[in-house]
Amino acid sequence: MATDRFQAPDYYLLDELLSDEHKLIRDSAREWVKKDVTPIIEEYAQKAEYPTQLTKGLADIGAFGPYIPTEYGGAGLDQISYGLIMQELERGDSGLRSAASVQSSLVMYPIYQYGNEAQRNKYLPKLASGEFIGSFGLTEPDHGSNPSGMITNFKDNGDHYLLNGAKMWITNSPICDVAVVWAKNEAGRIHGLIVERGMEGFTTPETHGKWSLRASRTGELVFDNVKVPKENLLPNKSGLGAPLGCLDSARYGIAWGVIGAAMDCYDSALRYSQERIQFDKPIASFQLVQKKLAEMITEITKAQLLTWRLGVLKNEGRATTQQISMAKRNNVDMALKIAREARQIHGGMGITGEYPIMRHMMNLESVITYEGTHDIHLLITGMDVTGISAFR
Amino acid sequence: MKILVCISKVPDTTSKIAFTDGNSKFDTNGVQFIINPYDEWYALVRALELKEANGGSVTVINVGLADNDPTIRKALAIGADDAVRVNLDPKDAMDAAQQIADYASANGYELVLCGKETIDYNGSQMGGMIAAILNQEFISNATKLDMNGNTATIERDIQGGTEVLELNIPFVVSAAKGMAEARIPNMRGIMAARTKPLTVVEPSASFNATEVLTYELPPAKGSCKMISADNPAELLDLLRNEAKIL
Repeated sequence: MATDRFQAPDYYLLDELLSDEHKLIRDSAREWVKKDVTPIIEEYAQKAEYPTQLTKGLADIGAFGPYIPTEYGGAGLDQISYGLIMQELERGDSGLRSAASVQSSLVMYPIYQYGNEAQRNKYLPKLASGEFIGSFGLTEPDHGSNPSGMITNFKDNGDHYLLNGAKMWITNSPICDVAVVWAKNEAGRIHGLIVERGMEGFTTPETHGKWSLRASRTGELVFDNVKVPKENLLPNKSGLGAPLGCLDSARYGIAWGVIGAAMDCYDSALRYSQERIQFDKPIASFQLVQKKLAEMITEITKAQLLTWRLGVLKNEGRATTQQISMAKRNNVDMALKIAREARQIHGGMGITGEYPIMRHMMNLESVITYEGTHDIHLLITGMDVTGISAFR
Repeated sequence: MKILVCISKVPDTTSKIAFTDGNSKFDTNGVQFIINPYDEWYALVRALELKEANGGSVTVINVGLADNDPTIRKALAIGADDAVRVNLDPKDAMDAAQQIADYASANGYELVLCGKETIDYNGSQMGGMIAAILNQEFISNATKLDMNGNTATIERDIQGGTEVLELNIPFVVSAAKGMAEARIPNMRGIMAARTKPLTVVEPSASFNATEVLTYELPPAKGSCKMISADNPAELLDLLRNEAKIL
């Protein structure tokens, strides 16, 4: 890939709404991405490999559990800091942001929120330092948008639980040390269990042949009579609301993250349009190109404002599931449209690995599907404003 | 060893440069500021490496007003132990150098490091002026700095080779590319920086030896005309008849 000349757009001077520490955290993440991620990520995506050497750097910049309290190894930061780190990571690659999102919001968050003190002390510091990689098992082959229909289950077997079932489309599954797995007990109630690599009957086959999130590893979690110690049950919350609480946190991170992907596409398109000469002038001179760029920066600015406000609400503990859903849906859709328009501006170059556009575009096809599809999020907003569920 | 590192705040290299007040002042409106890279990447990081290897302390110093604090806080996040800001908007290099020298002298610093130049005014004056006021040796453009007890070995790039010098503390040195490798603040450092001391001291007498009359932007770049490689006749024609240099 060509030299990373990224310059972040800030059309409405949003930096003025951030604290000095927010900016220091964001700029440090941005510097790290420029130094360690963008020079290599294209190659790893092309090879469909996860750059494991980046794990330490991710931990160093605070990408693993930024809002987890410091006594458990987290950074104890606010939600806007978390969002800004996700934005910078996804500016590099959605796969990298996905790995950090899963670790933070889907593994550390439930252990912190729903776990007991022993579980927090045992797992959180290792997850924060990157010594442990975590994964999150909710989606099943036959239960994606409808997780309450899950068939993965556990039985009380005296001194342990016996876990059976399978989870699919699991980020980090092939490399995870621990998995937070959602399964039904004998009464049909959903609980979270911490499953560790090495437990007999627990396997993590990899999903190959993806055209998206190629620099991130995806797979299954398969449980064949896995004996899970009773102390690995998350005791403090059960029911579908427990995993959905994790998804609120992860979706919030996605809403920020995809702004990074959109900014990268816009920045690259803007520069390319000013340098690419056709008919003896830069293609940025043409009205149709200017229309694309004007719409891109407008949509990015709207998403930045939406997300900043959501961050303030989240810091105050007032952000609703429905508000987070709206931001996730709007921003991913915005980023995907910008990636497609940026691809047009880059002409044929836009399909090559010389530019990040096609990689972002393909990544975003996953992001618009996982953690609630675009359509399901529309129905969440629809239900919120009409009071009528369209799910059943 | 007590090390003092001079930290200057400069516009980011991507900033659009403009002037106000009849072209006599730099227009800071909308400009992002960073730590001068020579101060941060080389002087500060090498000072931290020396401290990590040999013990001691690293203080960063800046002459400026409160809006410099975020820049100084970054130096603390990178690893400096404490920071001092002399509360003065310096009028020129001599004004800032006098403040730094006064502070260094009053507080017994044994080694003063700065970048070889700032990337805004490119004056390369600070190290030399501080050393002159302190009546100490000054080594400019150092690419390597090693300490063995109180004795330093310093390398400088010179025409066609390298100069190796040895001298004893106290002295002042300006750092060039190669002295260290830039460090990105990590989360641990950012968190630690919250509680590290940033002391604001009032300036000693301020004076300026020079006065800026005006600034001018360099002339705009001429447009570049691309000529096909298989059309040398057009090139010759343009050189003869348009540029009139043949």
